Amino acid sequence: MTSAANDLPTLEVRNLETHFFTRAGVLRAVNDVSFSVKRGEIMGLVGESGSGKSVTGFSIMGMVDAPGRIVGGEVRFQGQDLRQLDESAMRDLRGNRIAMIFQDPMMTLNPVLRIETQMVESVLAHDKVDRAEARRRAVEALGLVGISSPEERLRAYPHQFSGGMRQRVAIAIAMLHKPELIIADEPTTALDVTIQAQILHEAQKLCRRYDTAMIWITHDLSVVAGLADRVCVMYAGQLVEGGQVDAVLDHPLHPYTAGLIGSVPSQNMRGRRLTQIPGMTPSLLRLPKGCPFQARCDRAHDDCAQVPVSRELIPGRWVRCFYPCETEAVP
Amino acid sequence: MLVYLIRRLAQSILVLLVMAVLVFVGIFAVGNPVDVLINPEADLQEQQATIERLGLDLPLHEQLFVFMGNAVKGDFGRSFLHGEPAMEIILTRLPATMELAVVALAISLVFGVLFGLWAGLKPYAFSGKTIMAGSILGFSLPNFWQGLMLILIFAVFLGWLPAGGRGETTEFLGMRVSFLTADGWSHILLPALNLAIFKMCLVIRLARAGTREAALQDYVKFARAKGLSPRRIVLVHILKNIMIPVVTVVGLELGSMIAFAVVTETVFAWPGIGKLLIDSIVNLDRPVVVAYLVLTVFMFVIINLTVDLIYSVLDPRVRLAEVKA
Repeated sequence: MTSAANDLPTLEVRNLETHFFTRAGVLRAVNDVSFSVKRGEIMGLVGESGSGKSVTGFSIMGMVDAPGRIVGGEVRFQGQDLRQLDESAMRDLRGNRIAMIFQDPMMTLNPVLRIETQMVESVLAHDKVDRAEARRRAVEALGLVGISSPEERLRAYPHQFSGGMRQRVAIAIAMLHKPELIIADEPTTALDVTIQAQILHEAQKLCRRYDTAMIWITHDLSVVAGLADRVCVMYAGQLVEGGQVDAVLDHPLHPYTAGLIGSVPSQNMRGRRLTQIPGMTPSLLRLPKGCPFQARCDRAHDDCAQVPVSRELIPGRWVRCFYPCETEAVP
Repeated sequence: MLVYLIRRLAQSILVLLVMAVLVFVGIFAVGNPVDVLINPEADLQEQQATIERLGLDLPLHEQLFVFMGNAVKGDFGRSFLHGEPAMEIILTRLPATMELAVVALAISLVFGVLFGLWAGLKPYAFSGKTIMAGSILGFSLPNFWQGLMLILIFAVFLGWLPAGGRGETTEFLGMRVSFLTADGWSHILLPALNLAIFKMCLVIRLARAGTREAALQDYVKFARAKGLSPRRIVLVHILKNIMIPVVTVVGLELGSMIAFAVVTETVFAWPGIGKLLIDSIVNLDRPVVVAYLVLTVFMFVIINLTVDLIYSVLDPRVRLAEVKA
């Protein structure tokens, strides 16, 4: 591969806008979102429920259903704008070059079909191989995610697996075609902590091994801290801050990120009250003019009624705020 | 599995016994068959002889006792009206009803599931709404009226299909059947459609509800994310999930289609057991009615059992041994 191809980010999202046209009005679920992910890089996408993380994922997959629609921006995958592709070209990409894993492993596998059926169909959807070969690949993929005696497990139905095992199967299905990008939509949220750690470890290992880019959507900062290389923080449909994980978590620039980090209990805060972000997330139907966080922000001034533009304060660190925190303290 | 089957069959036998007693007593309460059967001009001695021959002179509990004793041996007595063994009369007419019911079942299942899937996938489209509106008509309008309308349209106005009767029949496994000849098919189509419409509408609604539910499930999203074609998602992932309720209902309805095809058989002059039942009730032909109902219950038992077995094939989470029958 040439160095130019290497430099090209696997995924580049520019000014993405996804709106839902509901009876109550236009819901701006994804609002001017831009980010990029390089080969082998794990990007954490953090935000509260309803902040637009999942819709961002579905927008990349081209799987936004009515009444939702992508109304603007670009989704460049290996330099190609996915929004220009028709449905059948998108289908060729899905599961093949871009894979997705979902939150609830109890629900993502079809309860009435054998694991074998669900894996083999996945292979056959993109490669013209015979069933035996498809089956062999399925066995290999199950082995890859640490499922013992994959031959026998293929014959099983999803309900015969534990939650963690099912998520491993889902990851195995995602890895079948060695995709260049995996979008993981809160895949560990429904699992208990020890299993979560195993899955995170497994996912990280696979990404490193195959140089797969990954977007890990979560609301759990501790997951991102242990897993991701970079992190983007999403609030009310907008990305408010982004940068290297350690830098963002140690020295958050956006008041919202700072609030999020402050509300996580940790060892060195023993005995002190947890801080809380006052107020509630604004409704995406009725976003305030200007910065969506202004009503809850103790640093807000009059000019926050203007929409802040995202700016790169320090190399590799950008923030969408007029009055970012502790710029001085950042090394 | 075997224990499960044995327990189910034992329960069924109990049901059969209780039902036979109830029907026997019920028909006894309705009226005296003697009034209907015996020529009023016959003299007293002849009347008396007939009553004794039919065993109607005995008190109810003795009649019941004799009947049950014979029934256990498989003898349901002779028809008061025809003089032939009751079960035999029913069995000779059963194939006609069976084939009608099976064709109706096939129509309702195939079209019901197809329309239901369509309506479930496109709930807001004109086509989807039309299907749902049609299904409401289908099970709201009385069955006999639908039958008459079918005759009016296809037999009278268009003249495409015959209005009634069974048409040409052929021998098949020792039964007279219509479905092997073109003429037979032309005769069976209208009554089968008439019998199917109600069930089809039921299946449409079930399939639509199931489809709408399944389409929102994560496994459908995941299937899309795997890059599967919409056809495979609908025909494998969704269809197999919606078949569970559909099979239950259709299985039960098959029984009721065979047992209570009375209206359709009357409207289309179809010589099946439904018509036989009506005639027998009118004539208070008790052996035939009881034998008919015993057969019906037996059929329901078998169908329910089959449905449970199909369940375990459709839904791997169902374990038959754990089912409290």
